[in-house]
Amino acid sequence: MMFDPRNLIIDNPNEGVFRVHRSAMTSLEILQMEQERIFNQCWLYLCHESEVEEPGDYRRRNVAGRPLFFIRGSDGKLRVFLNTCTHRGALICRHDHGRADVLQCFYHAWSFNNQGDLVGVPDEAGYPDSFDRAKMGLKSPPRVESYRGFVFVSFNPQVEELMTYLAGARDYLDLIVDQAEKGMRIVPGSNRYSIKANWKLLVENSLDGYHVRPTHKTYFEYVNSLGVNTSGVQTAFSRPAVVLGNGHAVEEHDGIRGRPIARWSPLFGEENKEEIAAIRAGLVRKFGEQKARHMADISRNLLVYPNLLIIDSIDITVRIFWPIAPDLMDVTAWQLAPREEKRELLARRLDNFLTFHGPGGFATPDDVEAIESCQAGYKAEGVEWSELSRGMHRQAIAEDELQLRAFWRQWFGHLSGVGKVETNDPVIRQKAALAR
Amino acid sequence: MPDKSSAGNAASALTLRAVVEEFLYHEAALLDAWRLDEWLALFTADGRYLVPTTDLPDGDPQKDLVFIDDDMVRLRARVERLKSRHGHREYPSSRTRRFISNVRIKVEDGDFVVTSSFLVYRFRLGEASPYVGWYEHTLKRVDGELKIHHRKAVLDQEALSEHGAVSIIL
Repeated sequence: MMFDPRNLIIDNPNEGVFRVHRSAMTSLEILQMEQERIFNQCWLYLCHESEVEEPGDYRRRNVAGRPLFFIRGSDGKLRVFLNTCTHRGALICRHDHGRADVLQCFYHAWSFNNQGDLVGVPDEAGYPDSFDRAKMGLKSPPRVESYRGFVFVSFNPQVEELMTYLAGARDYLDLIVDQAEKGMRIVPGSNRYSIKANWKLLVENSLDGYHVRPTHKTYFEYVNSLGVNTSGVQTAFSRPAVVLGNGHAVEEHDGIRGRPIARWSPLFGEENKEEIAAIRAGLVRKFGEQKARHMADISRNLLVYPNLLIIDSIDITVRIFWPIAPDLMDVTAWQLAPREEKRELLARRLDNFLTFHGPGGFATPDDVEAIESCQAGYKAEGVEWSELSRGMHRQAIAEDELQLRAFWRQWFGHLSGVGKVETNDPVIRQKAALAR
Repeated sequence: MPDKSSAGNAASALTLRAVVEEFLYHEAALLDAWRLDEWLALFTADGRYLVPTTDLPDGDPQKDLVFIDDDMVRLRARVERLKSRHGHREYPSSRTRRFISNVRIKVEDGDFVVTSSFLVYRFRLGEASPYVGWYEHTLKRVDGELKIHHRKAVLDQEALSEHGAVSIIL
């Protein structure tokens, strides 16, 4: 019998009930549906343009289980290819990264230039006349588009334009990218780790202001010992929750631990005090006091549905995660930094990344523990539903669960075949309607 | 037949090896026993502990992403966290067993630069996964005792696949 995804969520705003059936995190059948209805349909993050700067630079990366690679052609254009020889299938790109004018398949030595054209076939005369080398170039995913340096792919040829898909998340990507004068770049090195939990639990965890104080006690003790006044954490998560449409959402909170752009705290060292003040003044000049304050004083965890997280706080973490099994995901995290950032400030940014967001840090390992613990708890089975109604009766704040509901509503829309859905809480929808 | 002085050198090299290996085993024993304060005391006041990422083993923490880059302030905080019941990834703490081999010793400016291979098994909540890699210890003599000035643990794994974190001290 086909599994009916319509029974996975109870969303009853009148009674303040929002529950997710825990089989959403444990069922292989649901994972297969997610592959078909989400990962084969939506825009998916692949890379940042700065990861291949020079002609011929390439990197390989899996997206939704599919091996891809991206390469900057001799013409300066970034292209994305399915990592498979058009001849008999072998992986073309067998290094994680490198630089090449020509990529040669080791199996039968077919050669492709860095724009994907098939330029060499040993003993080509052995093929019949119908063989057309011009049609045998490397294949790209059906859709590739980028926004402000972030490159996305889609395996759905009919998918809407990326700009439309991003909806309200665009403003927030702007807010992050505009912090740099000369654009952002990915810092060399990545954090690659696995978590024995369903991928959606990391979506929840990354948007969840409610867990921060109880789970990350040791982290706050640490930054407190460095002279950061953490008393503000009691109210830092009181800002209104923000839902951005199409399943995207952002959790914003006061940047009480400081921000490289541009709110000084002891985490950034005396040596960077003036530099941060200068960056801040520059933002005020360029964007005005109000927008500069939003950029520089507030920190944010942005979800670009379904699985890209950009955490713009004491550093800027770009995090992507892919389901491998219902109870296993692979995570990769990078650091985004302005190209022009001074060495001293970059060093502090990286320091902040690794003390919180890195897998060797003082916080992220506890998040890993928390969601693995949830996954382990599901095995008890007797409790069928997870409770996500926090803040449903009020204008939800960052430490409520509205951002999580927004994700789940869109997820449910996709799984149940409805497609795009309204993701806000109805009370907020009503208020928005009144305001109009 | 070697002359007396080279025999003497060989003997002192063997003594040095014995001393350095004993030091590494002692360090491993302290970590496996979670005697972390005693382990901290093995460092010089300006000691450092570094773990590069799996994809950039030569990473420079000033400009590249690494997993761990601790000065003594942060290393002490790491130890405090590992001893706390709020350090959830290691509470309850895992059982570990460290195997160290292939020890090579170089003398540089009077310091000993020691490379070795490690296999660190971590057992917890049904999980049993090893960290595999190599250490580089820079050891200094301070008041006649060996101290760790710089300690780098480089992982050979392509990713922290099974581990999800580097929650113990490698």
